[in-house]
Amino acid sequence: MNALVTAAAHAKAPHIDYAGLSPFIALTAGAILTLLIGLARGRWVRHATPLLAIVTLGAAIGLGIWQFGEATSLVSGALLADDLTWTLLFAFAGAGIGATLLAWRSHAAQEASPGEFFSLLLFSVLGMAILVAATNLVTLFLGFELLSIPLYVLCATELRRERSLESGLKYLIVGSVGSATLVYGLALIYGATGSTDYAGIDKAIASGAGVGGDVLLLSGVGLTLVGLAFKASVAPFHQWTPDVYEGAPTPVTAFMAVATKAAALGVLLRLFDSALIGSQHDWAPMLAALAAITIVVGNVGALGQTSLKRMLAYSGVAQAGYLLAGVIVGSQLGAKATVFYLVVYLAMNLAAFAVVVARERANPADGDDLAGFAGLGRTQPSLAWPLTIAMLALAGIPATAGFIGKVFLIDALVDGDYAWLAIVLVIGSMISLGYYLRVVATMWMREAPTATTTGVPVIAGGSQEADAAARPQPEVLLVAWLAAAATIVLGIVPQPLFDLAADAGRALTGIF
Amino acid sequence: MTLSILIWLPLVFALLSAIWGNRAAARLALLGTLATLAIAISFVVRFHTGGGMQFVTDRSWISALGISYSLGLDGLNLVLVLLTTVLFAGATLMANLRSDWERPSQLYMWLLAGETAVLGAFCAQDLILFVAFFDLMLIPFYFLTGIWGAGERPERVRATTKLVIYTLVGSLLMLAAAVATGVLTAQQHNSDLTFSLAALASAPLSRGSQEWIFLCFAAAFLVKMPAFPLHGWLPDGYRTMPLPALSAFSGVVSKVAAYGFLRIVLPVFPDASVHFQELLLLIAVASILYGSAMAFSTTNARLVVGFSSVAQMGFITLGIFALNQDGVQGALLQMVNHGLVTLPLFFVVGLLAARAGGSEDLRDMGGIAFRAPVLASLFLIVGLATLAMPGSANFVGEFLILLGVFKAKVVFAFVAAVGVAMASVYVLRFFIRAMHNRVAPSVASREVGFGDLAVLAPMVLAILALALYPQFGLKRSEPAAKASVAAVSTQSAQVADATAGGRP
Repeated sequence: MNALVTAAAHAKAPHIDYAGLSPFIALTAGAILTLLIGLARGRWVRHATPLLAIVTLGAAIGLGIWQFGEATSLVSGALLADDLTWTLLFAFAGAGIGATLLAWRSHAAQEASPGEFFSLLLFSVLGMAILVAATNLVTLFLGFELLSIPLYVLCATELRRERSLESGLKYLIVGSVGSATLVYGLALIYGATGSTDYAGIDKAIASGAGVGGDVLLLSGVGLTLVGLAFKASVAPFHQWTPDVYEGAPTPVTAFMAVATKAAALGVLLRLFDSALIGSQHDWAPMLAALAAITIVVGNVGALGQTSLKRMLAYSGVAQAGYLLAGVIVGSQLGAKATVFYLVVYLAMNLAAFAVVVARERANPADGDDLAGFAGLGRTQPSLAWPLTIAMLALAGIPATAGFIGKVFLIDALVDGDYAWLAIVLVIGSMISLGYYLRVVATMWMREAPTATTTGVPVIAGGSQEADAAARPQPEVLLVAWLAAAATIVLGIVPQPLFDLAADAGRALTGIF
Repeated sequence: MTLSILIWLPLVFALLSAIWGNRAAARLALLGTLATLAIAISFVVRFHTGGGMQFVTDRSWISALGISYSLGLDGLNLVLVLLTTVLFAGATLMANLRSDWERPSQLYMWLLAGETAVLGAFCAQDLILFVAFFDLMLIPFYFLTGIWGAGERPERVRATTKLVIYTLVGSLLMLAAAVATGVLTAQQHNSDLTFSLAALASAPLSRGSQEWIFLCFAAAFLVKMPAFPLHGWLPDGYRTMPLPALSAFSGVVSKVAAYGFLRIVLPVFPDASVHFQELLLLIAVASILYGSAMAFSTTNARLVVGFSSVAQMGFITLGIFALNQDGVQGALLQMVNHGLVTLPLFFVVGLLAARAGGSEDLRDMGGIAFRAPVLASLFLIVGLATLAMPGSANFVGEFLILLGVFKAKVVFAFVAAVGVAMASVYVLRFFIRAMHNRVAPSVASREVGFGDLAVLAPMVLAILALALYPQFGLKRSEPAAKASVAAVSTQSAQVADATAGGRP
């Protein structure tokens, strides 16, 4: 016993840069604190926990801004806190704040007890941050699991709704398969290169000792790609997406759709464009084929959907294909384009999901049914406008950020000699018009159903309660309008986001 | 005063009328379009013929991608900008005459937003900026057709969706092609990435890249016009679009496509333009014949005008792809002429329908001239201009086009000349069926009102003025037309030399 104590006293702990680690610490502390406060009794908990979650996420963003511009290696090379990490952290935290606002008065948070709900959300954000900051295969897997496990639970938080439970279970099973594939792939990469460290892997491939084209490495890369493709819902590993998105509580869906996708694309960017860049000519065609399949499958799949959430799920699959384009070309331009489009994608989807949340509150039975949106342009323009802007932006109409993002991606593709993929991307956008415009047409060009939304016959004078239920909550409107405004503003003045994306791209020093 | 004011003023009024609410929207919108018209006139007055690109605004917009916010006026777009402001003022006035619009504030908002997009597309001197405005043009017309169109709701939605998908398919291909143009030019010439049209024209791409890029651009423009095999959206779209929107759409939006050929395709892709000249001429001739044949076989009055536009746009394409100065100048003049006759023709269709019990079918009309001599004579003037009666500016335009094609490819000129004769068939058939013949049972002939005259009379005056003085357009466009075909004509001369030299 004594010997152990002396040994511990003499052992040198690795140097830890607390300043660089501070956003991670803030997230961890905030998550634990939220969980503890959630244990208290009283109605105030319902409001205190989401507030605390937002403060935590805000603090993480603030600390990230403080640390911006410094590339520090943390915890003996396990994490790298550079501009790519921070930029993506801003995106995750932004999505987290949006989801928190949407979940503030949701059934899901109340049923699952708000403390646990928001604490899980924060842990998931922490997992994402670790995932994209990871410069070591072990840390990567750690982040991956920390991101996934809270989400499995969050999907199932509407305890009394079968679909929600089904969604959680489905996500758990599919997610576990993805994790297993990923960890197998990581093991093979380690086997081929003899290193779990990104820099070490890069060196091993670059050394030219035949590692680059090694079957062992390539199968490792392939399996890793499959594991991450499950998370990013890249076809043909996307089948879980529509079911899970539809079943999960909508605020959680919104969070999954934007933040998880950003995290998966972020780690793809970091892993493939820094550690594995040496064997780019081996994996790029594989990834390009996946991207092309994803674009076609996602867009075609979305065409026939009648549920807006399912449609957005398929649209998310297609958008993942667009986002992959920037990873494939392995250039600064590509990395920048992906980061830019990720942020834009976040704004567009948050706006759309916020409107779905508002509709579901007014009409719990089938609020995400597209037919229920008929005549929304007249009855509730405050909801119809953000959704219209989101749909037009997702379709890539000019004057929205979606247009600039697509120009950026096409630019990167043509520059990287993938002009054919640019054409696939464009064809995908054409197909996508078929369903995005259907939503717009439903809202503005169809008559509102004559029956009241709740299905209860109107009594003369109406009831104030029913009116209040139909009117969207201010925080939901805030999310919808902020996100829609961001979509427009970034479409007209994209320069600030370009600069941010350029900083993030520059963090990947292995590509030019 | 910069061009930015001209472009964005309609949008400002659009937002104002959206905010102001339904009551003031109509007047506010009219004020906005008239103010824009006044500004456009001031530009025409200050324009210095032969002075190259003028009133230039050039700011970096997205420096990372080499995209600039760059506007300018020269002989190619000056008259078209004026035409746009004239037609939108006319269209807004047309909309003003009807007071039973649903949600008028939004109607005027979209109409004026459309004007901003069209003006932007005409003035843009940056490829991506042009593409952005070109795509943006569609959204206002999507809403205008879908919300205020004629016919049942599902039908309307189908028509407007078809319109958007058809045209955006072309536009998105063009987007990819436009980005590729900039990136490949930078790669091939080892220069900085730029999308400035002047810079792109001075550093042409390799022939192989030009060809596929040309096809993408041509697809976008031919759909928008529309030209013969790509006109599938036209019948439904024209039948449902509300008349004010339709007259602006047919009058100027189709011209943006033709203008795109002159501004972008000929100067930036000269090799490909020569390479595909015969294909485009073939499409043009097919459009003339098909459009004319449909125009004298359909019984829907709107579609008579619609298909006549297909034929007219065929003439314009023909002139452009004569690839010489005569053809291009004729095409430019014809764009203005066609714009000027389209709006009154559609307006007359509306008047006729109002007198024929709401039906736009020619079979329900007849004898409308009986008590409406003024309407009949105004209609006749517009009709005669449409069929290019000698003495009208349309005659000058078609003559120049045929002269240009005659110099370039004789065979096409002969076939196209048939189209001139066919135009008189469909116009006179339209006029006789509607105005003469026995008075149809549901027809109640009455004279035009003062409001109607306010739309018709200025347009007819403009047609007459241009007939007397076609030099107004020709003189200003001459240097620009020469510049537009300069690259192409040297290219085609080389090709001709090569083939002549290759012969034994």
